This record gives sequence, C-alpha cells and structure tokens, in this order.
Amino acid sequence: MPEITYKEALKRALREEMTRDKNVVIWGEDIVAYAGGGAYGVTTGLAKEFPDRVRDVPIAEEAIVGVALGAAMGGLRPVAEIMTVNFTLVAWDQIVQHVAKVSHMFNGQIKAPMVIRTPNGHGRTAATHSQNFDGWFAHVPGLKVVVPATPYDAKGLLKSAIRDDDPVVVLESINLYATKGEVPDAEYIVPIGVSDYKRRGSAVTIVSWGRMLVESLKAAELLSKEGIELEVVDLRSLRPLDLSLALESVRQTHRIIVVEEQMRTVGMGAEIAASIQEMAFNDLDAPVARVSGLDVPMPYARNLERATLPYAETVVEAVKAMIQKQY
Amino acid sequence: MDKDGLLNLYRQMQLIRAFEDASAQQYTRAKIGGFLHLYNGQEAVAVGASSALNPDDDVVCNYRDHGWGLVRGSTAREVMAELFGRATGTTGGRGGSMHVANVKHHFWGGYGIVGAHLPLATGLAVAAQYLGTGRITLCSMGDGSTNIGTFHAALNWAKLWNAPIIFMVENNQYAMGTPYEIHSPVPMSRKAASYDMYSEDVDGMDVMAVREALCRVADRARTGQGPSFLNVITYRYRGHSMADPDVQRSKEEINLWKQRDPITSFASNVLLKKGVTTAELEAIDAAVEAEVDDAVKFADASPEPARDTLFNYVYQQPVENMQIDGSLFKPPTLYRNGHAR
Ligand SMILES: Cc1ncc(C[n+]2csc(CCOP(=O)(O)OP(=O)(O)O)c2C)c(N)n1
Ligand SMILES: [Mg+2]
Repeated sequence: MPEITYKEALKRALREEMTRDKNVVIWGEDIVAYAGGGAYGVTTGLAKEFPDRVRDVPIAEEAIVGVALGAAMGGLRPVAEIMTVNFTLVAWDQIVQHVAKVSHMFNGQIKAPMVIRTPNGHGRTAATHSQNFDGWFAHVPGLKVVVPATPYDAKGLLKSAIRDDDPVVVLESINLYATKGEVPDAEYIVPIGVSDYKRRGSAVTIVSWGRMLVESLKAAELLSKEGIELEVVDLRSLRPLDLSLALESVRQTHRIIVVEEQMRTVGMGAEIAASIQEMAFNDLDAPVARVSGLDVPMPYARNLERATLPYAETVVEAVKAMIQKQY
Repeated sequence: MDKDGLLNLYRQMQLIRAFEDASAQQYTRAKIGGFLHLYNGQEAVAVGASSALNPDDDVVCNYRDHGWGLVRGSTAREVMAELFGRATGTTGGRGGSMHVANVKHHFWGGYGIVGAHLPLATGLAVAAQYLGTGRITLCSMGDGSTNIGTFHAALNWAKLWNAPIIFMVENNQYAMGTPYEIHSPVPMSRKAASYDMYSEDVDGMDVMAVREALCRVADRARTGQGPSFLNVITYRYRGHSMADPDVQRSKEEINLWKQRDPITSFASNVLLKKGVTTAELEAIDAAVEAEVDDAVKFADASPEPARDTLFNYVYQQPVENMQIDGSLFKPPTLYRNGHAR
C-alpha cells in the first residue's frame, strides 16, 4: 500500500468529498492566496481545482463558524477551517451555543451538517498558540469530535465527518501532519465513534488518541524489547466515546493507562478513568492511571515546553511504575 | 394592496397584541416560566416586513419572537403551547419562548444570544445564493445587538460576498434598560455605512412604511444587489421581559409612543379612510380574542413532552456508544436519536 502523509491524507479526503458532492465547500482564513493555500498546507492547490468552492474569508472566527452553520442549515455541507485550535475560542459561542444545539433545541427541525477542521497541539509557539482542547470539545453534546492519529484514520474520519448530518469537529494533530502511513488508493471511510486496536499485547492496556497514540506506540516498541507487550487502543473519536475495546482489553490485562496530551485536570483522561472504574472495577489489578500534560500555560523555551508534555518515555515510565507497584 | 390584504395586516397585528397580553397573563399565573419578552408596540415591524416577503424566504430573529412565529407560519395554539412548554409547541417544548421556530415555513427561529444569529443568517443567504434558490434572508435584531462582534463580522462578510440578505434592526431604542445613546456612539445608519451597505431609516410604528421599505430592499436582494440595512424605529410598551420592573423609562415617554400606536393609527389613518367599517374591525378584534383564548386552552390541555424524548435530536443520525445516563455502574448505553430508546 502506498504511504502518504497525514496532511496529504486529509487533502485527499477533502478532494474526494468535493468531487462527490458539489455542496461541499471549504471556507477558511488564508486557504487560497497565502503560501499556495493554507497556513499548514492541508488545502494547498484545492482552490485551483474548485475555484468557487474553496474561499478565503475574513479573520472573524465567530463568522466562519456561524456562516458555515447557517449555510449548513440552508443545504450546503461546509468545511470550516479554523487556522489553529487556539482561535476556536473566538468562535466558542457559535460552536457551543449554536452549532451543537440547533438540532436538539429546535426539536430536530434544523440539521447542521458541517465540519470544523482545526490543527490542535503545540510547536514552540507559547501559551496562546500551543494548546490542546480535546476535552473542551468532547464536553459538548451535539458535537461529534474525532481525533485521528494516523493518515489512514485522518482520511477516513474526515470523509465520514463531511458526510455526517451532524456537526463534526476534526481535531488534527498539528504535530502529526508530516507523519506517514499506509493509505489505500481505493475509496473507504472510517466510522465516527468506533475505537480501534493499534497494537495487541497482554501486559498493560493503553488508551490514547491523536499525537499521544503515536507516542504510545513508540513506547510499546521500547517496552517490547524488555518483554513488556502493551495493548494500545486508539479511541479515534472522543464523542461519541467508544470504550468497548478499552473495556474488553482491560478485562484481559487488568491494568490500564489513559495517555492524553491535554492538561490533566478535568480532562478526557479523568472522564475515561472514571468510566473504566465504574464499569470494570472487579477486573482491575491497579488504579486506572493517567499520563497527561501538565496544568500550566505553555512556555516558549524548548526545555520548558517539553517538560509540560508527555512523550513515549513518559509512557514507558508510567507502565513500569504500574507493573512494579504492588497493590 | 387590496382591502383583504390590508385587513390581514390589521388582523395579524391585533393577533400579536392579544397573544402577548394573554402571554403576560399566563406568565403571572405561572403557566409560563423563565424569560418572556413581549412584542407589544412593535407589531408593525414583523407584520409589515413579513408581508413584503415570499412565503418561502428565510427569516431569523432574536428572542422577541412570538410575533415572528405567528406571521411566519405557526398558529397561536402552537406558539402558546411552546410558551407553556408542551409537546404540541413549535419545538415540542424544547426551546420555549425565546426559540420559537417553524423550519417548514423557513422561519429558522428566535435566538437568545444577542447578535449570535447574524452570522447564521448570513450563512442561510450564502447557501441560497450558492444553490440558486432565489430565496432571500431577513435577519431581524435588536438595537443592542449592533455593538457585538458578530454584527460587524456578519455585515462585513455579507457585503463582501454580496449575500441576498436584509439586516433589519428593530430599534426600540433600548437594550434591556440601556438607552441607545448610552450603548452606541454613532447614529445607527453609520454602522451600515462603514460596510458601504444600502441603508434606510424606517418608521416602525407605521406598518405600511415598514412594508414598503422591505419591498425595496427585498427587490435589491433578489436582483443581485446584495445586502441592505434597515433601521426601523419602534418602541416596546412593556419592560424588556416580564422580569423587568421597567423603572428606567418615564410614563410620559411610554405614553407619547402609545399615542402613535401602530394598530390604532393604521385603523384610523388607513383602513377607515379606505371605507373599512368599524364593525368590520370589531369583528376581527373579536375573532383574534377568541383565537387566543382557544390557544391558551389548547396549550393548557396539551401534554408535556414525554420523558423518553429527552435525548431525541441531540444528533440527527443514530449515535452509538454515547453515555447519556448519569447513573452509576452502567455501561455506555446504546441509543438511537430521533426515536425513543
Ligand atoms: C451575548 C449576550 N449578552 C447579554 C445578554 C443578555 N441580554 C438579553 S437581551 C439583552 C438586550 C438586548 O437588547 P436589543 O438587542 O436592543 O433587543 P431587544 O430586547 O430590544 O429586542 C441583553 C443584554 C444576552 N442574551 N446575550
Ligand atoms: Mg432594543
């Protein structure tokens, strides 16, 4: 199978869906004129292929999301690109109060088939520009939230997102854009709300997604050399949250660690840990553990940035500590 | 407009007035909860504007929306039942007073967050433009919403893309208790001027003036001349909501505006002069009173929405693996949206 980057996989998803359905449009800041198309290049070249359908818009995130919502209500399938996740905060009212609620609050009369795509993560850009908002989005009923970790899933999930009749937030890992993976040329989609085993093993279950899924797989390679085989579950979606594989796995391994990039307090990991212990208490040989980012605004300095975030080594340490500790 | 058309304007305004009076009464009887923003005094705006639109044009407004609901396809029964929070209401008791909607008739609802519906309305217009439906969007808003970021972002975008939309300010001169001069440093029309948008000031106490202005700007929108802005000067007779003791406005000011009442002035300045008889008007008055009485009875007799519909339409498509039940020790429940579990 051919290998392509995560970024290219996303672009192929956009191209295929725009070709399939002429009501799919892409609106975002600097996605046409700037640098050949897109601050991170996901949309590069698409404006040439679909001139009236890929459009630069003003720097007004509340309008990007709100206009996309109205257009979705009116029959289009807009893909709104927010340049980075940091700027979604400007549109937070539109996302939480409107995008997520129009279907339920108006009793099903309104549907909002739209996608909000945005790069999530860090990159030596300091506190206002290096963040992860997984849990913030996942907290909102009415949204669907997908967090692909591989090029295969990035393409398949984005295609599902565009076809979905409900609003889907696609949190792309900024730090994974350049990573490569196998993506078939043939058409496929990845369903939203379905988790996936990315590695089988029996020692400890890792539950992760996005960039930390990739770090967890690196940790699994390292630990494998020492005879410790991790089982790695990729959630792929945070809402709907499919914990079925995580539960199935922990019933075999009896130990489970949630590995997340975002800050720990009131994060996804807390939600997942609580659910696992509610549903699988008798299967656990150890408390559900979390590996998370630290609760601190992201500093610019390389060493301090690194200190706030978990990496493969952090996962390795956590696994070893869990195995060694007697309960 | 022929006589029937004129009488219908009168009927719609009287229906809204009677409906709002009945709502206030039902609120004091605790049949209606939460916020209740009444439209008394502003009737000519929704009625005149609506009369200039096609039935399938898209309409969006703020939470002061009962009148809009009544002129855009919903019955007094349905709107009153919504205020009562009943299954038979316009959104089945989900949205309440602030979120009346009737999407079948392209009334996309009232919105409770000030200014937030302006981008959404722009999006509806952009979609109509893209799809070539020929429909235009009317976006009504309060004067207070012209200071928030979404106002400027939406006008900017609409002008930039030449969207077929009308931004209509129902300028009742107050945002809750704050008078216009305290919340805005420039005359209203200047706000549209900065986006080079066609704009008019309109007498909102005169239903025909509203109608005629709407006809002009609707024509612009339909013929590819893009967005317009209307500053419709009006006045609300009651407080901001039923929770407002209305102490900041003087009785003299309120009475001054009541002398220009949109309904009685339309009757005496237009209808009676065109040969409509007092008896004809009284018959209409009696009919709308009966309609509203019936709506209250209907609402009161209607069932509350069933508990098992609570999660319907959180999503349009069936969703699996969604934790919806707060109770302990239950695995994630499977549920299907749009259907009872
Ligand atoms: C963003 C936001 N801030 C504050 C409020 C509370 N609030 C509700 S209505 C209102 C006044 C709005 O006045 P205006 O836009 O003139 O509309 P009117 O009530 O006169 O129709 C305020 C401050 C709100 N709903 N939304
Ligand atoms: Mg006002």
